[in-house]
Amino acid sequence: MSTILKSAAIAGAFATALAAHATTATADDMAQEKCFGVSMAGENDCAAGPGTTCAGTSKVDYQGNAWTLVDAGKCAMIELPAMADGTPRMGSLEALDRDLPMEG
Amino acid sequence: MSPVLTQLDFRAAMLRPEAPVPEGLGDGRGGPAGRRFSVYRNNVAVGLTEAVLEGFPTLRALLGDENLRGVAAPFLRAHPPSSPLMFRYGAALPGFLKGFAPLAHLGYLPDVARLDLCLRASYHAADATPLDPARLSALPPEDLGRARLRLAPPVRILRSDWPLWQIWQLAHHDGPPPQPVAQDILITRPGYDPRPYLLPAGGAGFLEALGQGQSAEMASEAALAEAPGADLAAILGLLLQSGALMSLEIPS
Repeated sequence: MSTILKSAAIAGAFATALAAHATTATADDMAQEKCFGVSMAGENDCAAGPGTTCAGTSKVDYQGNAWTLVDAGKCAMIELPAMADGTPRMGSLEALDRDLPMEG
Repeated sequence: MSPVLTQLDFRAAMLRPEAPVPEGLGDGRGGPAGRRFSVYRNNVAVGLTEAVLEGFPTLRALLGDENLRGVAAPFLRAHPPSSPLMFRYGAALPGFLKGFAPLAHLGYLPDVARLDLCLRASYHAADATPLDPARLSALPPEDLGRARLRLAPPVRILRSDWPLWQIWQLAHHDGPPPQPVAQDILITRPGYDPRPYLLPAGGAGFLEALGQGQSAEMASEAALAEAPGADLAAILGLLLQSGALMSLEIPS
């Protein structure tokens, strides 16, 4: 793609994105209006992670030896066979096992 | 003379439930520690198990409490904390799950653990005021390509070969059964809580380029190189909507 075409494409993409954003911004602002510290139920109620509350530890650790998957969670509803040869899944961009921490 | 008890002996016994109370460990009043050590050992295991359950809400929804406790038991012994900051505990869980034979058939679990870790890291990242889209609107078109868009500190990008977004939806919102597609995820913190968004094709490449300080034009090229049909407007729209952008510079 030539530089001129590319600049035009980028400018066009920005224009489209900005126009779309202008029409949706109000709805988003409304959605974010909520009480400080109150999370949406069942969604992010553990967002801070462990160690941020002071739960008692008067419980017993039962360490079993035999490990069997009990039918307890929602993983039973997911049927996705593993790809033994490591082929990226359909629609995959490039198989990358990384994420990008961007601190600061 | 009683044998010298080192911290290593103490630690080794603490991580092995069947190990005897270390010799030489006292109760502080001249007697042997006895069951006091067992109480301590139990509390360490229970505390770390709770940390895994609290720190990985998506894994918890997918596996259920009982199964995740079963994962936590060997995990906490293989990977005890390296920091006293419990909110960071569990960084080794994705790798551990990869090698955990009883769950090897659920190949997406390591990515789910990474997602939970990224959401938690995003929660604890620094605050930032999102970029005002008016600043972009005000730019002359010829400057847009040169613009360097900086990502907000809570932004995380997660590439996955699994339908990670659909799996997250199902775990927390009862979505439909996930289809076998690859889904990359953007995490931002538009309000107080981190939130995952499904990235359009090429979006991860675009964001990674921005994260490396590249210009909007180079980021667009990265997106198109990764996915020739990448919808740049959709990617930019998502960045504006999710508050992923923090600032804008035009290099002179």
